[in-house]
Amino acid sequence: MIRFEHVTKGYPDGFEALQDLSFEIGQGEMVFVTGHSGAGKTTLLRLIGLIETCTRGEVQVGGHNLARIERNQLPYFRRKVGMVFQDHRLLGDRTVFDNVALPLVVVGAGHKEVGRRVRAALDKVDLLKKEKLFPVALSAGEQQRVGIARAIVTRPPVLLADEPTGNLDPDLSVEIMRLFREFNQVGATTVVASHDWGLISRMGRRILVLRGGRLMGDGIAGGDVG
Amino acid sequence: MREAPSAQATPRGRLNLGYGLHRHLEAALDSLSALLESPLSTLMTAAVLGIALALPAGLHMVLGDLQRLTGDWQASAGISLFLELGATPAQAQGLQAELQQDERFSEVRLTAPRQALDEFRDSSGFAEALGLLQSNPLPFVLAVTPSPQQREPALMDALVAELKAHPAVELAQFDLRWLQRFHAMTEVAERVVRVLALLLSIGVLLVVGNTIRLEIQGRRDEIEVCKLVGATNGFIRRPFLYIGAWYGVLGGLLAWLLVSLSLWQLAGPVRRLAGLYHSEFRLGGTGFVTFGLLLAGGALLGLLGAWLAVGRHLDRLEPDRIR
Repeated sequence: MIRFEHVTKGYPDGFEALQDLSFEIGQGEMVFVTGHSGAGKTTLLRLIGLIETCTRGEVQVGGHNLARIERNQLPYFRRKVGMVFQDHRLLGDRTVFDNVALPLVVVGAGHKEVGRRVRAALDKVDLLKKEKLFPVALSAGEQQRVGIARAIVTRPPVLLADEPTGNLDPDLSVEIMRLFREFNQVGATTVVASHDWGLISRMGRRILVLRGGRLMGDGIAGGDVG
Repeated sequence: MREAPSAQATPRGRLNLGYGLHRHLEAALDSLSALLESPLSTLMTAAVLGIALALPAGLHMVLGDLQRLTGDWQASAGISLFLELGATPAQAQGLQAELQQDERFSEVRLTAPRQALDEFRDSSGFAEALGLLQSNPLPFVLAVTPSPQQREPALMDALVAELKAHPAVELAQFDLRWLQRFHAMTEVAERVVRVLALLLSIGVLLVVGNTIRLEIQGRRDEIEVCKLVGATNGFIRRPFLYIGAWYGVLGGLLAWLLVSLSLWQLAGPVRRLAGLYHSEFRLGGTGFVTFGLLLAGGALLGLLGAWLAVGRHLDRLEPDRIR
């Protein structure tokens, strides 16, 4: 589903966030990406979500070489990738419902369908009763769950999350990770970046370890991950 | 993706027109209600646009009225032919008949000296003085109205010269030459108004463009998030275009109000002034057509201004460029 071949991402100032990265993530797989801050976790996710493009090598998602996706096709690609951000990026002037509805509104879904799917997504993250509230009235964990609901409301084949538990206490973090695991179990290829080794090592899933932009380890925690 | 593209991922096509129209209506109303949420700043921007639109529109209308007026006068403008004093009635009638044959004249009216003297006596108040005259000093006069095709200034001049050359004619007078000059001046003014309209239209574009630019900046987060969840540029552009169009419509509305009020203010004095010249001249009101033109013109300018601004700024808001 996701394939990196000798991927390097450099910036004009000479800094290379990722260096010669190669790995493959199968369809329906759930993978954690970890490493210290600055190791390249975010960049890796941004390359998959086509927020940035690599400078060398090739990134494939769903069989498409991302370098070949034209600018005007970008929105249609992004619709197939749900993204969750550490700062959740909710719109403060819209209700929980409207925030979650955004990806559906953007594709022009009808009112009924929007209502049905938004409520289904909110139900999954257990926020159905708060759909009329504004994000500011929610706790950090709730806000993050709204962000997750927004990412899954269109049931995208790929789900990316960048430090989704970065601002949360351990209990909430576990809850959020369980959510991702649930979505993965219904078929979404899921990639979660997190520096919380203690948390992800307990999830029993494949972990990619980055250090200084290079892949230093790839395996299931408890095994020989370095 | 290996998955079959789902309905919502279909770029175009499946959305039928009716549904698209519905969504446009929704976007238009959303934009309007967003504008009305901050009525004061909306009103101020609309007022700037209104003044910019009202100035050329108002001047254009007044000039149009003046041109119509002078045009009317010119239409009735004739050439007076004063015949030689010694001309006999037969000669005068002969010339009248001759000119009537000529298709360059639509009307030729003959005034006999006797008749002219009577008219003069009645209207001038010199009755007693005129009674002292031994003989009638007035000649036969032919009032010649040129046909509409002859009203070009150059043709008119040629005509006057030709008539003047006629042996029976002592004097050919075209009194309304000043009108021609006045008409020419209004044409110059019309050009000035057009240039003004062009400049102010550019002004409207810039004002709308700048307002939209601020609007885009204020909604950066929203645009970014929309792009991240797969909004097309068209989707993101739409509300801004509607905002631009609404500003234009509101500006057009205010312009219409301003022009109407100004003309209404001017109507009294103009009527009095025209009355002093025994004229029925009135300023035309702002009719339905003007109303429609101002609104449509405003909307179009607003739309264009927004289009230019959005085009310039949207590309800069690609998520990958904001780092």
